Amino acid sequence: MNRDSESKYKGFEADRSKYPQMEKDKPVIDLESQKFIKTWQGPQHPGVTGNMSVELIINGDEIVDAKTHVGYLHRGFEKLMERRRYIQCFPIVCRICVPEPDTNEYCVSAAMEDLAGIVVPEKALWLRTLNLEMSRVGSFLMWLGGQAGSLGMGAIGQWTIGMRDFWLDLFEEMTGGRVYHMYMIPGGVRKDLPEGFRDRTRELIVRTRALLFDIEKTFFNNAIVKARLKGLGVISPEMVTEYGIVGPSARASGIEDDIRINNPYGKYAELDMKMITSDVGDAYARAEVRYQELHQSLDLISQIMDKMPEGGKIQAKLPNVLHWKIPAGQTYVKAESTRGEHGFYMVSDGTKYPRRVFARGASYTHAISVLEKLAVNISISDLAALMVSLHTCPPEIER
Amino acid sequence: MKLKDILSPFNVWERAAKKPWTIKDPINDRPGAANYRGFHKNDFDKCIGCGSCEEICQNDAIDLVPVEGQETKEGNSGLRPRIDYGRCCWCGLCVDICPTGALTMSNDYTWVADDPEDYRFIPGADKTKWQDATKGYKRDEGIALINYDRVKMKEIEPENRDKSFIEIVKGYNKDQAMKEAERCLECGICIATCPAHMDIPAYIAAIRDDDIENAFRILYETNPLPEICGRICTHKCETVCALHHNGEPLAIRWLKRYIADQIPKDKYMEVLGTEHLADPILDRKVAIIGAGPAGISAAYYLAIMGYQVKIFEALPDSGGMTRYGIPEYRLPYDQIEKDYDYIKSLGVEMQFSTRVGEDISLEELHRDYDAVFAGTGLHLGRSTRIPGSDNKRVYFATDLLREVSLGNEIDVAEKIVVIGGGNVAMDITRTLARLQNIKYGKVDVLTTSLETEDIMPADREEVVEAREEKAVIDPGWGPKEIEISDGKIKGLHVVKCLSVFDEDGRFNPKFDDNQRKFFEADMIVESIGQGMDLSYLSEEIKSGLKFGPRGRIQVNKNFQSDLKWLFVGGDIIQGPDVIHGVANGHVAARAIDQFLKK
Ligand code: SF4
Repeated sequence: MNRDSESKYKGFEADRSKYPQMEKDKPVIDLESQKFIKTWQGPQHPGVTGNMSVELIINGDEIVDAKTHVGYLHRGFEKLMERRRYIQCFPIVCRICVPEPDTNEYCVSAAMEDLAGIVVPEKALWLRTLNLEMSRVGSFLMWLGGQAGSLGMGAIGQWTIGMRDFWLDLFEEMTGGRVYHMYMIPGGVRKDLPEGFRDRTRELIVRTRALLFDIEKTFFNNAIVKARLKGLGVISPEMVTEYGIVGPSARASGIEDDIRINNPYGKYAELDMKMITSDVGDAYARAEVRYQELHQSLDLISQIMDKMPEGGKIQAKLPNVLHWKIPAGQTYVKAESTRGEHGFYMVSDGTKYPRRVFARGASYTHAISVLEKLAVNISISDLAALMVSLHTCPPEIER
Repeated sequence: MKLKDILSPFNVWERAAKKPWTIKDPINDRPGAANYRGFHKNDFDKCIGCGSCEEICQNDAIDLVPVEGQETKEGNSGLRPRIDYGRCCWCGLCVDICPTGALTMSNDYTWVADDPEDYRFIPGADKTKWQDATKGYKRDEGIALINYDRVKMKEIEPENRDKSFIEIVKGYNKDQAMKEAERCLECGICIATCPAHMDIPAYIAAIRDDDIENAFRILYETNPLPEICGRICTHKCETVCALHHNGEPLAIRWLKRYIADQIPKDKYMEVLGTEHLADPILDRKVAIIGAGPAGISAAYYLAIMGYQVKIFEALPDSGGMTRYGIPEYRLPYDQIEKDYDYIKSLGVEMQFSTRVGEDISLEELHRDYDAVFAGTGLHLGRSTRIPGSDNKRVYFATDLLREVSLGNEIDVAEKIVVIGGGNVAMDITRTLARLQNIKYGKVDVLTTSLETEDIMPADREEVVEAREEKAVIDPGWGPKEIEISDGKIKGLHVVKCLSVFDEDGRFNPKFDDNQRKFFEADMIVESIGQGMDLSYLSEEIKSGLKFGPRGRIQVNKNFQSDLKWLFVGGDIIQGPDVIHGVANGHVAARAIDQFLKK
């Protein structure tokens, strides 16, 4: 196995020199030969993100073939929405991603606004941007704990999940909900900030940065972490295009693509931010990119706190939502989630209900095709780390 | 591998010296945020059981159910939402849509019960530990899921209408009607209150679907006078509309008018599918006394059932009070005719200028017809009986309005005082103001009523518009005496009226004799109520009937009197207004059908 991370983008092709034999570019795996064991990682396995499973064929410690299986938490959100009035969709979509529900909320509302020609008031745009960035912080913290946990460093997981809870406290104050916020509705948001919110947020930013400083010392400057993550799951720039890889996973391979910068929505155009990339492409590089983006999000939140005006309209006037019909049309709206491009394709046929809603999450490619490719040839003990390094979220696959 | 990377992780020990973050005491309550979407609360005093919360819930977690102690009354279904916490997702859409603000959420989020059934509960009825919580989620003032502002109705400016009887209200156009129709919550609270129980949400839904012909058919199911009711109905439905709790009620009356206005007169039969009705199919005959709303409504529903119907009317044309009591600027004659002519075209015979009791007796009708419906209305004026009220320049409003409708000239004085605070008083005030304007080029009408402005029975817009037309409204005075000198009226003496009703709600006005006013006038109009003329009932017929309070003929719920062949309805039984007449006529028609089938 190639663990030389400094060499650019090497190692993403499986080393097939020993097993299994290849015939016409396909591995020949004869389970009867006693050289292989078929085993499952997931769906109930601490090393799997969410509920999915990976069917593995291993040879000793080495994975020689991986197949992903989903279907453990299909709730049919897209179909449900076809039987819901437009306004009834936002409480559904947040459930597509537990750690980062707000991107879904944003996209579904933005799609309706786009189709119906609704202009969202300034203040609501600020609040949405704030909400989305807070959501990124929460999601990154959860990922960071997961990444450390996948390497056996449970304590860091406890720290970040603990810190995320303080962010959930803020969410609770702002939106009325901790996990599923149901805050953005078509036309705007449901509440302005409570009193003293800005100060409490600034305080929490300081505390979060202090924690991140500790994590930098214990996780990123850690010989074991480096030994295990460097060179793991290397993604080349070519693979990014070929597989449709997005977000930090693409940026860690040198692709400059961040929707917040390239196609700004909300109030991102008025915020100061730089593209964060790396040109290494392995799991460690992805971790670093995410870590920097976590700092970036904290910085954006500070900026929003300074720039967002007090008061102002929080919702555009909607028609009576019980009879709200959106003119026939179709749209695709996208936003940058912590896993990358998150998009909603919505078709309206002029009735009270959406004709079709399609939720596009980064995990569909990351957790299926990319994972199946990158898992081959690594040690079974690294699979969890690899999966988390792709930051996959199975509910996104099964909308 | 760098040495730094081996040593750096040991920094973790630093944290051992730091203060822990863990919540110290997880057993004690940790209250939810001030805005937390916790368990539901419902303020039963505010809740009207409209069911909007049930309608919006995307999980079907809410059912409206009867609750002990909550009664069905006007504007309140008596039902209350029951929430199933096995389904609820705490999105709070129900709170956001609640038009009364009754439904909110507390910030409480812990609840332990051993019976799973407990989690299906009725907030507000079942005792909960959070029922007095002050914190929790409420709809923010800044957001709305429904539209509380009515689409403004265009009206002719006062300066363009005060010298003529041109119709003031212009009616909605399609865009406006659709926009207004969109505001409907479809709760149906209005249906119960409407005396005719019109299916209001259904015809409003048809407007939204731009299916006007269907809307029109829905109107005729319960009301054959949509042009009339669409203009001058007392719209009791609007007073109970769920939207009025937080904004303006839906303009139900104007929407009804919009529907009727869209269908041209010559399309009525085609749209309503009544072309085949011109020849009655049944051999039974019904006589109707009075071509007002009650009689016409009974005639219509009997005609479509196939009966031979003939109406006897004392006045020279159809319409009753709608033609002879309501001024043209509120209800133009061509619109009255649109409604009545259609009914005539169904083969309903109308014999005008025939007063039952004089030109033909009720006995004769009984002899020649299988059943009789009497809807003779309130055409007699009532007098204040104050000194001077017998002067020849003291008039009843109903008489004057009738004269104007008949096209007879009336001798309008330069200074007029009207006594009365109802819609009829406003009608005569505004009619006289117009006539004065035409005759003298100026207006000098003063209208006074016992009731103060806040409790005046007239519609608010009538008072406002009367003032716009330069009439003076000075309410809250009781008439004492009409001063007369040399047989000529000088004016009206009034005293302050302190209260109109006593504690039991009975009419029993109290005055303060020390506060007095004198309104100069050379003509006075009394508009303090109307009386009925039952002189067509012979002594023999009277002996077969029972009479209730205020001389009303006693009828059962089908408007059948003790003389089984005689049905009575309209203003002389209920109301007075058009819609009660329409409703009575409809019920009576069905009852007559039952009676004749026996
Ligand atoms: S929406 Fe409000 S007023 Fe209507 S039934 Fe529900 S709680 Fe009662």
